[in-house]
Amino acid sequence: MASRSISDALTVTTDEPTRHDHTTKHWRQDALFRGTTQLFAVLVLGVLAAIVVSLVIGAAPAFHKFGFHFIFGTEWNPVTEEFGGFVPIFGTVVTSAVALCIAIPLSFGIALFLTELCPASLRTGLGTIVELLAAVPSIIYGMWGLFVFAPFFAEHVQPIAQSTLGKVPGLALLVQGPPMGIGILTAGIILAFMVIPFIAAVMRDVFEVVPSILKESAYALGCTTWEVTWNVVLPYTKAGVMGGIMLGLGRALGETMAVTFVIGNAYDLSWSLFGPGNSIASSLANEFAEAHSEMHTSALIALGLLLFVITFLVLAFAKVLLQRVARREGERT
Amino acid sequence: MIMNLYTKRIVVNRLGLALSMVAMAIGLGALVWILGTLLLNGIGALGPKVFTQMTPPPGSDGGLLNAIVGSLLMVGVGTLIATPTGVLAGIYLAEYGQRSWLAPVTRFVNDILLSAPSIILGLFVYAIYVANVKHFSGWAGAMTLALIAIPVIVRATDNMLSLVPNSLREAAAALGAPKWRVILYVTLRAARAGVVTGVLLAVARISGETAPLLFTALNNQFWSSDLNAPMANLPVVIFQFAMSPYEDWEHLAWVGALLITFSVLLLSILARALTRQKIAS
Repeated sequence: MASRSISDALTVTTDEPTRHDHTTKHWRQDALFRGTTQLFAVLVLGVLAAIVVSLVIGAAPAFHKFGFHFIFGTEWNPVTEEFGGFVPIFGTVVTSAVALCIAIPLSFGIALFLTELCPASLRTGLGTIVELLAAVPSIIYGMWGLFVFAPFFAEHVQPIAQSTLGKVPGLALLVQGPPMGIGILTAGIILAFMVIPFIAAVMRDVFEVVPSILKESAYALGCTTWEVTWNVVLPYTKAGVMGGIMLGLGRALGETMAVTFVIGNAYDLSWSLFGPGNSIASSLANEFAEAHSEMHTSALIALGLLLFVITFLVLAFAKVLLQRVARREGERT
Repeated sequence: MIMNLYTKRIVVNRLGLALSMVAMAIGLGALVWILGTLLLNGIGALGPKVFTQMTPPPGSDGGLLNAIVGSLLMVGVGTLIATPTGVLAGIYLAEYGQRSWLAPVTRFVNDILLSAPSIILGLFVYAIYVANVKHFSGWAGAMTLALIAIPVIVRATDNMLSLVPNSLREAAAALGAPKWRVILYVTLRAARAGVVTGVLLAVARISGETAPLLFTALNNQFWSSDLNAPMANLPVVIFQFAMSPYEDWEHLAWVGALLITFSVLLLSILARALTRQKIAS
């Protein structure tokens, strides 16, 4: 930062008009260029503002008519124009929670493998492969989920789960219903695979910035690799790991196509993870282009607004946590 | 069995490390499983017809020509809009934004837009454009894709320009170059590979976007190069065909999926190779 301000001081002197004629021209060109770039930066801010304003305007009729019932009502009927968004909101939250429960331990394992166990020659290659999982388009996960994973899940996993967990009182409620392969749990599992690359990449990056002296001190005391990771690396990188998880959550909440393929698209509220459901994003993908009544469109935009507000808060939290890590890293070096 | 503390610690360590390897294997396995499925289902139906014929009505033969062209057009127009916008905004953040409040706020917002659900951007374009002109169109699709691509390019430009050593800027300024020349001819040129990588990654990202196109570009069964009309595009065709009960359509959906995934992966790998080369040199 210090060297940056020196360069600024230097360039500022060229900004000021001096006795040379052409410097006035340069000064004007500079102002023009600066203004242009600033305009485009403001444009990015403007997009965010415009999104919020346009969604609020679009959602106003639905919120006005249903009030809080829009969030807690479970009836969603375009024919009678009764719109309560609880089922898609619930589906969004549950699928994301399932995804995180699966993705966090797996991402931690992958990050641990890449930073501590993997031979240095394989590190970049394997890291890239995990990152490529993030590049595969959402719709491909959806197709794979519907045509490959769901039948596999219905045939091999669900019957076993029902014959074992189904016998346990309390848990039985979660696994009841016909094993169709698609449903809330399948959507959560597919989502987990989609967010693993994001969480794992952040975890790997923050694990790498742990000062070696801390780790070496722990090893010198006789700690095992696992103990070093659990008691030194993880506490040191707490904020960064949390930021990565929030980033993954933000992705999972808004993921659309993969969920639309496998969630079942039904406005049913049930405790069973095997049952079909709906998420905000999948409701939008399925219904928006076909919504004809004004209230239906408005209700869907209202769902979109809720989704945007939730993901915005989650992502902002992630950003703040990760910035704190970056700042600490900056102080250290 | 009684374990002393020492054995217990070793067992916990071995178990933890073994589970970590299992996690890695699951991650790799998922990618292999998905790519394998695509190859298995897509390669059989892949032929010259895919590139020369239009999307068929159910039950007859056809290809994906109009969808491929539509996708290329919209991604192309989206990239053409997003690249200058993103690069200029990135230049402001990296080169002019040190003392103002605008740059940190914009950077924060940009990072959030980067991960924001793409379907919301589709809703936004629907609300401000499609709802007013009252028809779906290729322009609306291209605008949505541009909105998704802009944050990627802004972030890449900002990061890459910040990596350029200040001595370069100072040397150019000392020679009497005005700041705009320093930026365009020195710093931006030094960061070129990184910016190009950002653009490639943005193209990869928007090529597979489906959700926001559902209510902006929609779909078109026929050949159309008119951006002012609903436009066929690969992702939406894949979605429609994969969800249909017709077997021909399902085969075409797999071919489309194969084409999209491998082009996106190729772009991502190319982008990475480009930056790695730059760092190595």
